[in-house]
Amino acid sequence: MRENLHRFFRAARGAGVRVSPAESIDAMRAVAQVGFADRDILRDTFLLTLAKTQDEKRALGECFDLFFSQPEPQQENAEQSKTDDGSESDANPSADEHGDVSDDGASENVGPLAQMLLSQDRSAISSAIANASGAASLPDIRYFTQRGIFQTRILDAMGIQRLRDDIDDLTTRNPALAERLQEALNGLRGTVRDAVSQALLLYGREETENLRNEILRNAPLARIEPRQVEQMRALIRQIARRLRERYSKPRKRQRRGHLDVRRTLRRNAAWGGVPFLTAWKRKHRDRPKIVALCDVSGSVARVSDFFLLLIHSLHEVVDDVRSFAFSGHLIEVSDILESKSPEEAMKEIMSKVGFGSSDYGNSFADFEDNWMSAITPQTTVIVLGDARSNNLDPRADILRRIGERSKRLVWLNPEGRMVWGFGDSEMPRYATFCSVVRQCATAQQLERAVSDIVATYQ
Amino acid sequence: MADTRPTASIEAVESGLAAQGYIASRQIATAVYLSQQIEKPILVEGPAGVGKTELAKAIAAWRGMKMIRLQCYEGLDEAKALYEWKYAKQLLYTQILKDKLGEVLGGAQSLAAALDQLHTFGDVFFSKEFVEPRPLLQALEQPAGCVLLIDEIDKSDAEFESLLLEILSDFQVTIPELGTVSAVAPPTVILTSNSERDLGDALKRRCLHLHIGFPEQKLEERIVESRVPGISQTLRKQMVGFIHEIRSLDLKKLPSVSEAIDWARVLVLLQASELDHEIVKDTLNVLLKYEADIEAATPQISSFIAKASRQGVFS
Repeated sequence: MRENLHRFFRAARGAGVRVSPAESIDAMRAVAQVGFADRDILRDTFLLTLAKTQDEKRALGECFDLFFSQPEPQQENAEQSKTDDGSESDANPSADEHGDVSDDGASENVGPLAQMLLSQDRSAISSAIANASGAASLPDIRYFTQRGIFQTRILDAMGIQRLRDDIDDLTTRNPALAERLQEALNGLRGTVRDAVSQALLLYGREETENLRNEILRNAPLARIEPRQVEQMRALIRQIARRLRERYSKPRKRQRRGHLDVRRTLRRNAAWGGVPFLTAWKRKHRDRPKIVALCDVSGSVARVSDFFLLLIHSLHEVVDDVRSFAFSGHLIEVSDILESKSPEEAMKEIMSKVGFGSSDYGNSFADFEDNWMSAITPQTTVIVLGDARSNNLDPRADILRRIGERSKRLVWLNPEGRMVWGFGDSEMPRYATFCSVVRQCATAQQLERAVSDIVATYQ
Repeated sequence: MADTRPTASIEAVESGLAAQGYIASRQIATAVYLSQQIEKPILVEGPAGVGKTELAKAIAAWRGMKMIRLQCYEGLDEAKALYEWKYAKQLLYTQILKDKLGEVLGGAQSLAAALDQLHTFGDVFFSKEFVEPRPLLQALEQPAGCVLLIDEIDKSDAEFESLLLEILSDFQVTIPELGTVSAVAPPTVILTSNSERDLGDALKRRCLHLHIGFPEQKLEERIVESRVPGISQTLRKQMVGFIHEIRSLDLKKLPSVSEAIDWARVLVLLQASELDHEIVKDTLNVLLKYEADIEAATPQISSFIAKASRQGVFS
């Protein structure tokens, strides 16, 4: 049973639940107390000891149901196969038990697997598959490309070679039986395929997901396919969590120069109030204040979408975010983003300002007229856009004034540096007024850009 | 009577808590049972008003133990949570004993001899006498064990979590001047959190993690029954059904169990025999705490009552 528990922990890790060795020890101690008899209690026990967030509980619950819906290798079979010197396949003992039950199989001299298939003993077959899976070390499966090889290994371990020979023999002597066997073999292949797929789902999820995320991180945001949007959102949420963990650390810093009288007295009470040790007042650090201006026209829209999602999931790190979206003109979108789900919010923003041809000059003018007061000397202003203003007046003078009012002015451009300044791109003109200009086309670049912005406040 | 022995079974936990008027779901009972068996704290998360704090009180009442409560808030530090030196007393004593010290040391011939004599007194001013125990230390010092409730841990600072780690994993605290104080009897520790911020992994690793959500309809009916005995069965079914309908709305603050109990009390006070549009409209402010929520729910009242009543007929 211990072996099964370890396999379950591995499956749990595969499902994205972080199970540390200490937690697995706790779980084993807890299981020792409650026993295996009641599956619901067992499930609750795992949920209590292993999963530490609501998401993890859901993932672990699914993993538990999947894991325990698999037939477990039956105990007596495993023991018997040990006494068999392990030279024969694990399926043999159960086949021997059922060999004489089958009339057809017994009359024809066929191998154990064929007998088992003919007798149609489901439990024997599924336990044989489970044992063969163990022999083929199925829990090691990691990638979907390995499915074929594991199927072959399992079928080999079950003695498919002998079954093929049997079928060949029987085709001449007893065609009807051979046909039945052939059908049973096809069915068996299907069952094994299902078992392997299930194992992949159980054990391979983490690796597959890592691989996929790695690819996704470096894919250009503007050109990802619609079916990947959901995955990308999940990835952005992960990034947000990572940034939160990194930057939501204590924000107190000792400031020398101002004596904290109360704490100094307390610290030196032992010396009759003679201040050997001094305590200083602490100073709270500013949290980042961000004003984001996002171009939502054409190809930049998608990048803006993900950027806004990221910025607005950083509540614990960032004190104050105000977001503005523009193409032809500019509106504030903070409330829409706070109150709605990302999909709905983006839809609403798009219906209000999206898909026009972008006019940076006009949009900057809108911002200066209505919201210039949002910028304080503690604010970081982030402009996200390709700076392609369709040959309209770029109004770089407004950008200069924004830069002067703010702590930092960061420009994120989804286009590669090579094309800045070509065609109607006003990037070089704008760049002179920005503190930082960086390319921002993939999730990874997005993470770095936001991370740098937040880090300047630490 | 305090009973420090672990309970025999999950059923015993369930019935023990039920005797105190706390109707526990199977998962809650399992958590309490396991926390006693493997001596681990329970971290309870969930929305406000589902009975997280109530659970600790019920355990304390059931086991006949003292409950020590530490309410967390921003800026809580070890001086308020763990222990503090009674420095006023320390100062006072040094002043009073000044003359005495002079007498004692008067006989010494040299400075070295005086120092030696002083050493023999030991660290009189840093002894147990001068320690003011705060909730965490108090909990360790209870000879009969106790239930330690660390309430709303998510409201405290991240540093405070690290302070808790020692007490949670080993049931001991280290006071630099005195050494390590271990628990006389390991306390039952319950931590609650409203998930206002993510807690550290180190803290979570040391706890059983229990999430209490809104209860199922049957369970909630039993809870209301145990807390508000005067309520008739039909009304109870209706009102719980109604609350479940309300929870399906997209509201700022969903009504939780404590609101359900309050509402049941109000309905009993108003001597309502069943729900109707008038009475729900008049008492909706017991359930919903925001004007916008009430506005959102009001147009639905009639259809919700109808649905809740229908459920009552078939179940």
